[in-house]
Amino acid sequence: MSRTRLRAFVPIIAIVVGTMALAACDSGDDDGGDDGGDGLTVGVSWNNYNEERWAKSDEPAIKAALTAAGVEYISADAGSSAEQQLADIENLIAQGADALIILAQDGTAVLPGVQSALEQGIPVIAYDRLIEDPGAFYLTFDNVEVGRMQAREVFKLVPEGNYVFIKGNAADANADFLRGGQQEILQEAIDSGAIINVGESYTDNWDPAVAQTNMEQFLTANNNEVDAVVASNDGMAGGVVAALEAQGLAGVVVVSGQDGDQAALNRVALGTQAVSVWKDARDLGKAAGEIAVALAGGTELGSVTGAIVFVTPGGNSMSSILLPPIPITQDNLNLVVDAQVLTTEELCQGVTAGSVAACG
Amino acid sequence: MGDTTLKQDPAPGGGAFSLADTIRAVEVDLRILGMLVALAVIWLGFHIASGGLFLTPRNLWNLSVQTSTVGVMATGMVLVIVSRNIDLSVGSMLAFIGVATAVLQKNILSDIIGFDHPAIWIIAVGFALIMGAILGGFQGWVVSYIGVPSFIVTLGGLLVWRGASWQVASGQTVAPLDGIFRLLGGGSRGSIGATLSWIVGIVACVGIILLLVNKRRQRHQYGFPVRPLWAEIGLGVIACSAVLGAVAIASSYAPLDRALGISNPVLILIGVTVIMTFIATRTRFGRSVYAIGGNPEAAELAGINTRRTILLVFALMGVLVAVGAVIQTARLNAATSALGTALELSVIAAAVIGGTSLAGGVGSIPGAVLGALVLQSLISGMVLIGADAPVQRLVVGVVLVFAAAIDVFYRKRTERLVAT
Repeated sequence: MSRTRLRAFVPIIAIVVGTMALAACDSGDDDGGDDGGDGLTVGVSWNNYNEERWAKSDEPAIKAALTAAGVEYISADAGSSAEQQLADIENLIAQGADALIILAQDGTAVLPGVQSALEQGIPVIAYDRLIEDPGAFYLTFDNVEVGRMQAREVFKLVPEGNYVFIKGNAADANADFLRGGQQEILQEAIDSGAIINVGESYTDNWDPAVAQTNMEQFLTANNNEVDAVVASNDGMAGGVVAALEAQGLAGVVVVSGQDGDQAALNRVALGTQAVSVWKDARDLGKAAGEIAVALAGGTELGSVTGAIVFVTPGGNSMSSILLPPIPITQDNLNLVVDAQVLTTEELCQGVTAGSVAACG
Repeated sequence: MGDTTLKQDPAPGGGAFSLADTIRAVEVDLRILGMLVALAVIWLGFHIASGGLFLTPRNLWNLSVQTSTVGVMATGMVLVIVSRNIDLSVGSMLAFIGVATAVLQKNILSDIIGFDHPAIWIIAVGFALIMGAILGGFQGWVVSYIGVPSFIVTLGGLLVWRGASWQVASGQTVAPLDGIFRLLGGGSRGSIGATLSWIVGIVACVGIILLLVNKRRQRHQYGFPVRPLWAEIGLGVIACSAVLGAVAIASSYAPLDRALGISNPVLILIGVTVIMTFIATRTRFGRSVYAIGGNPEAAELAGINTRRTILLVFALMGVLVAVGAVIQTARLNAATSALGTALELSVIAAAVIGGTSLAGGVGSIPGAVLGALVLQSLISGMVLIGADAPVQRLVVGVVLVFAAAIDVFYRKRTERLVAT
């Protein structure tokens, strides 16, 4: 009897000790200065820092936002290992992180680490990828909005006609988020009969070669009478354009994409792809840094500027910010050059001089 | 392989001609015949279901190009499986070779010798083939000399090559590719035109006739029974009209005011099929592979260098993956690390549908190419009639098991025939 009672006390004791330790930490920091942000530390757990994007765009933006607020930046790289990431989170906490930004390798496997951080009163930001824990703050780009933008840009150019939809991998929730956004924009025109859906297919593993084969079959099935293709990402858009090229239709049929791939941006400049919806990772990093500073300073999740409640596929209501992406068309290609996504030379390979503003 | 299966009773008995007697007289491989019948049923079915779209020059031309990558790799997979091994790494290896070759063209060679230099495609293709031989040969070395089971080695390869393909270009799509290189993938200019196609067709026809005549003469010489003359002539006529019919269809497809004729990838596939069939049936190496698959211990005792043979089988597979990578990237005019994901399953499925036994020792190369055609016909046909990806998988899965079941049934039956 007394034993079980003792056992029940263990977690409580742990929490009390943990809180005391934290309090001690905080008071120690407070001695350093009067400035609110001063002395705070934000830890970032990368799932795999080898991926070019994180080093090139996200980290500098996070660092800049933290430095501006006078907050220290510490980080760890899990090297694509979910187990390592759990250890990394413990380490970052041990190093005195007051808030964590986690780019999850596995949104489920990381949960124990997230929960232990939250129990210790350390706020967690699920960065770019969803972590299904209502105690965390979810920051990502709005994937449904990406789909809306793709459809909106295509619809501007082709208000009526035959549409083909090249969707992503059937097993990936994002594929349906994107398709849902596309449908929202086009629903009215489809109902009125202005737009006809003449072909729609998921693409195994988002494989461009599969997208190409599917597009060839859709062209055959419709005797080339296709006016627009809403492709969900740039790789697949490449497959679609290759299929169109074989029929002499590249540049005639309007094609969408997503990601701001170098090859796709080159196609936008060439005019064979109408739009590539681009998520500027620097915006995401900047927002993460600012939110982390606010949370570390004691701001409640729901009180973060711009936060909304997002209901996840798992049914959790999470405080979230879903940033809007940017549709890149021939008119604003200068944005990606300014952001150093690629050089003007790479962007304009094969483009006729004078035909596109960004290429001069 | 094909001509040894039914030789125990070649002479048709009695006067009345039944279908079984006819088939026996022509000595046609029943498995190949069965597949041709299945293909005809599939094609006709889709033709009706799609409202007359399937059996058009355009769709058949596309279908042939779509088949070529898997077809080329399936010929190598036959030998791998016949030797009682498996290669799960071919899809990932295709991505790795594809991305590396694309980077070589776009980022390295064009800086050294200039963009669209006429030598780029030759260097790129040579590089791809050598890379394939090295990667495949290395896996073969670990399998045969270290003794790690091929399932494990190539499962490792599946992960390693995929990761490597990502590293080469940091996950970026590499595009566009060299202008001449792209012609290897088909497309609107990547075919040989009507005139050359007819020449190829006629040469092939003459080749088939010479082959039949030569075989008949040899059989006479060694006193083997020969097919009746009518069967011999009938076979020649059917084969020739099939070849010329295919050429006629390919030449009548002119999407951009130019008759396309046979496309380059299909030409490559035909070349690979002929060479691989020759290697498998007419060379010491090929016979060793079948001997090892039939009984490894006996092969070893008979003096076959089994280790070296297995290493070469995997190296050959690697070269064919490189050919597949060239076709795939040239056709797409881009290379990404997502290329060829799960393609190993299609390649193995094509070999199995084509009658290759996973128990080893049995398998035919033309059969595997036909298997690839059956597989691609199902997939392309279903897109044509509007069936989405999940339904395609469902049907392909059922067909795969069905084909393997028929094969088992067929083999048991011939065993019983031999036994009695």
